Amino acid sequence: MSKIVKLRKGFDLKLVGKAPLELSNLAGAQTFAIKPTDFPGIQRPKVLVNEGDTVKAGTPILIDKAMDQVIYAAPVSGEIIEVKRGEKRKLLEIKILADSAISHENFGKIDLNQPAEAIASKLAASGVWPNIIQRPYGVVANPADTPKAIYVSGFDTHPLAPDYGFALQGEEKYFQAGIDALAKLTPGKVHLNLDGSKSAPAVFSGVKNAQINQFSGPHPAGNVGVQIHHLDPINKGDLVWTVNPYGVVQIGKAVLEGVYDASKTIALTGSELTKTGYVKTYVGANVSSYVKGNLNSGHVRVISGNVLTGEKINLDGYLGFYHNQITVIPEGDYEEFLGWLKPSTSKLSFHKAIGMLSFLHKGEFKVDTNTHGEERPFVVSGVFEKVLPMDILPTYLFKAIHAEDFDEMEELGLYEIIEEDVALCEFVDPSKNELQELVRHGIELLMYS
Amino acid sequence: MKALQNLFDSIKPNFEKGGKWEKFYTLYEGHRTIVFAPDLTTKAKGAQIKDATDLKRVMITVVIAMIPALLFGILNIGHQHFLATGEEVGFMDKALFGAMSVLPILIVSYAVGLLTEFTFCVIRNHPISEGYLVSGMLIALVMPPYIPLWQVALATIFAVVIGKEVFGGTGMNILNVAMTARAFLYFAYPAQISGDQVWTYLGEKTAVDGFSGATALAVAYNAGVEGTPAVEALNTHNSAFGGDFSFMNMFLGWIPGSIGETSTLMALVGAVILIATGVASWKIIVGGFSGAFAMGLLMNALAVNEYMAMPAHYHLVMGGLAFGVVFMATDPVSAAQTEAGKWIYGILIGVLTVIIRVTNPAYPEGIMLAVLFMNVMAPLIDYYVVKANKTRRLQRATV
Repeated sequence: MSKIVKLRKGFDLKLVGKAPLELSNLAGAQTFAIKPTDFPGIQRPKVLVNEGDTVKAGTPILIDKAMDQVIYAAPVSGEIIEVKRGEKRKLLEIKILADSAISHENFGKIDLNQPAEAIASKLAASGVWPNIIQRPYGVVANPADTPKAIYVSGFDTHPLAPDYGFALQGEEKYFQAGIDALAKLTPGKVHLNLDGSKSAPAVFSGVKNAQINQFSGPHPAGNVGVQIHHLDPINKGDLVWTVNPYGVVQIGKAVLEGVYDASKTIALTGSELTKTGYVKTYVGANVSSYVKGNLNSGHVRVISGNVLTGEKINLDGYLGFYHNQITVIPEGDYEEFLGWLKPSTSKLSFHKAIGMLSFLHKGEFKVDTNTHGEERPFVVSGVFEKVLPMDILPTYLFKAIHAEDFDEMEELGLYEIIEEDVALCEFVDPSKNELQELVRHGIELLMYS
Repeated sequence: MKALQNLFDSIKPNFEKGGKWEKFYTLYEGHRTIVFAPDLTTKAKGAQIKDATDLKRVMITVVIAMIPALLFGILNIGHQHFLATGEEVGFMDKALFGAMSVLPILIVSYAVGLLTEFTFCVIRNHPISEGYLVSGMLIALVMPPYIPLWQVALATIFAVVIGKEVFGGTGMNILNVAMTARAFLYFAYPAQISGDQVWTYLGEKTAVDGFSGATALAVAYNAGVEGTPAVEALNTHNSAFGGDFSFMNMFLGWIPGSIGETSTLMALVGAVILIATGVASWKIIVGGFSGAFAMGLLMNALAVNEYMAMPAHYHLVMGGLAFGVVFMATDPVSAAQTEAGKWIYGILIGVLTVIIRVTNPAYPEGIMLAVLFMNVMAPLIDYYVVKANKTRRLQRATV
């Protein structure tokens, strides 16, 4: 039974710098990197290659010793040029200089008539597995588990997010194969959740073997966690998996071609890019060739991902494993005379407190990284509830995590959310608390103790 | 602006670690962030942009919403004074007289309160919070015009220290700070904050013959005791001097009372600002008024004396109900914080106010005690709302 869900709560951030639906002709990236820090569940990362080694796309370069059947593979073929470590030898980046023509490890096509365990172990050894995320906790799934259901969100409502219909055009065959493979891995259903306000793009329109649900409403309607909450909420003891459509396509390619094809079309967005658009590249691409020489101003922040859940990277940093867009916005390290009092229509705000006239603003907002205020205890109540379309009491959940009260965290629904679900809460919070960090802290408490 | 920034920059080393005023860094930071919104940027991970609204803007919104009540209060203090002394004067004289009696109270409230707050911030090394912007104004508005300034200072210190700082500062308090200040005076110095003599500021002069300084609530209460119809008693009160308690006079606020509380109209103007800006919960405000009205109707139905028989809508314009419901009950920290809880909390404040007014001879005004009592009860209300949420989640799991 497919479901149609209309959500009212939430907030759409309309920002300057949307990518037009066309491929940009910018030069491609030369180097690529896998960052263990992109995978919050990784416990004991171990590098399998040394500097100077040559690898093919799909060669294992990293494993988590706590779950060693899942490999993290090189996205491109080439030479390992650096294994970068930080303080206390923490592993930060494994950089690869790509060959001009990418060659792949071939591990053979995957026969979907095998038992689920065999398919899972094949996928785990192929490099595509880290695309499968487990809920609760939002960490890479364990191939030995059997999920109750698998969820794929077919649209992204984050600010300036890529249009999946455009980015995945022509991948219909692989997407269907990916869905077929996932359907083998669960005794339940594979749910494909589409934007109810639009007609389905080609890549999703003819999909079989999955339950199609429709969601409409403001962000976070596209968040898979919100969708799960309205389809079949996660209770204590439940285990479900989620996969992004990019990941489904990669899985499909592993099934049909027997290779780890990490290519993806990402969106270049944000007010500070002269030329926005889409580029074809690979997982973990170095962003410098897309950013340098393409900037409107000198003092910018390059974000891997979107402005709500992304991560700050350097001008020559690398795209995160799960990120499908780059956003470039101005840095906000300036003081503003009476900035807390001045009326303004051009500043983006969810609130309508005195002088905040952004509701009068027509069109898109240009935003920067200024926090617009300092961190304070929770004072205002009822705000988080307006942007979280779930039957969850966010303020009480956050307080339970602050207090490290395990029973409360469980009972108030920490199993149902990960960072991205509270990103809007973090944005609208007038007390400027770091709520995504807080939620991850709570999840780690539940996971590891 | 550059010059001001340079001035701040030049004194900054003194406040940094190792500087001679290192301990006072929080004061430096507090003042700089008032003049300039800080140059802080978002962290490397997490939301990369933040909403342009901060707590300072939320708080100043509340202060602005109280300004109509303050201005009307100033005018009314002058009006009541000249009414009592029997002098005929113009608008400016009334306003000037009112300002002379109100501004010192306002200044003492802010000065003493901020000093107390700063002291705590320095001792405990936490940032100066903007909560007192609102509390300082509220404390002044709930004082009678006749109050000695040293009592204002004492009440302010008590409210800030015992009402707020001992719990950890802004955002942590259980009781509304301004109501704590008023309750402190009410119980510590009842002579200066209750009775018939304190609501009209006479200064050196004496009232004209036959003038009564009683408040509308006292008049209505006495009507109940004496058995005269309450509305008639209100309408004839001081009517010889043009100071009667007709419904319209009470709604507009031309009656004696605390500085900011008398005008229901001005409280409603504030309510419109607070609701339109989304700063206060409309559920609490609507709940408060409807609770009081419903309880008034119930009193009518059960009436055994004339006060109980007074039309229910009179309760909404008498005393400090409107001011309390709009500005005190909606304090987000001490109110219920769940959406369902806000309804219950608001309605019960209205209900309790009327019960205390009508049935309790010791406290003619009920809103203060109703708000404080419901402040204490708010966590309990929330506890059950939260429990219902948990139960829903638990039941789902076993299905």
